[in-house]
Amino acid sequence: MLSKVFATIAVVITGGILLYGVSDFPGFGDPHSPANAGVPGQASISQYFITESYGDTKVPNIVTSVLADYRGYDTMFETVVIFAAGMAIFAILRVVGDDSERKPRRKQESSFTNGDHSRIIIGTTCRLLVPVIQLFALYVIAHGHHSPGGGFQGGVILAASFIIIALAENLNSALKRLSETNYLKIACIGILIYAGFGVMCQVLESDFLDYGVLQPILMTDGPEMARSHSMLGVEIGVAFTVTAIMFAIYANLSSRGLLRDGL
Amino acid sequence: MIFAFDIVILVFLVIAAIISLSVKDLLSASMIFGIYGFLICLLWAEMGAVDVAFTEASVGAGISAVLLVATVYNTKRKSSD
Repeated sequence: MLSKVFATIAVVITGGILLYGVSDFPGFGDPHSPANAGVPGQASISQYFITESYGDTKVPNIVTSVLADYRGYDTMFETVVIFAAGMAIFAILRVVGDDSERKPRRKQESSFTNGDHSRIIIGTTCRLLVPVIQLFALYVIAHGHHSPGGGFQGGVILAASFIIIALAENLNSALKRLSETNYLKIACIGILIYAGFGVMCQVLESDFLDYGVLQPILMTDGPEMARSHSMLGVEIGVAFTVTAIMFAIYANLSSRGLLRDGL
Repeated sequence: MIFAFDIVILVFLVIAAIISLSVKDLLSASMIFGIYGFLICLLWAEMGAVDVAFTEASVGAGISAVLLVATVYNTKRKSSD
């Protein structure tokens, strides 16, 4: 009880300090704030992105051009962080070999056509939904540099379509479509695609992830279009890793690392 | 940015946060956490950060709620404190 009182006092004090700090922030959308107008005497980086990023990369979505090109190194290691998180969950939860000690909570008796009517309705509805969800996910990935979206969001939606199969039927029927060896391979391939774009730029005697020099390989009109196409390739790499890792986390969490029965 | 809309979302955000912390049933706590994520997504979409809102809708409100439910299924349903 006493610890709760102390915790409450600590939370209130921290919250008060945070609120006091927020009161010093510039107003929302203030054109004269340092982030928007820049430090006096120096050009603002926001202004540079807004005016020049379309000419540099031919990508209408400024957020994607910043994420995948100007800050491409950052995004690569975000993907590596997701990969590492998936590997950590794999290392902690996954039971390989003798798994007699960890019993699943409940015996999963019902496959999806065993006369259990509610399961038939749910299973059929989800089977109809899954292609639509996957098509939308591919659209989000492929259209990420023209509209909101990109590799992370599209990858999560693609993983959600596999999780829906696992929820509606059972984990085994989802694993039949995306098996453990396959998703581990896909997770590695995704990062290798991203790093491969960077190394390819280095082979062509430029900096890591400086996509402009890929123009002769991608056969585009100019280095700007090469940047745009490379961003698409990089997003596809991110989507590979995110899809595989999100599904891997779900499969391991829902089945206690046994990869059978599940929810 | 509409001020009244902002206030409504923020009030619901605080309510969802408090309920998801205080409710004893962990399954409802994780569902309310999904609602919290979706309210943050609305707030971001309304501020004009559509990319962030999209990420929050798919990751915060979608996948993480499912992962929490999957975890609750394999542990106790009731919170002990």
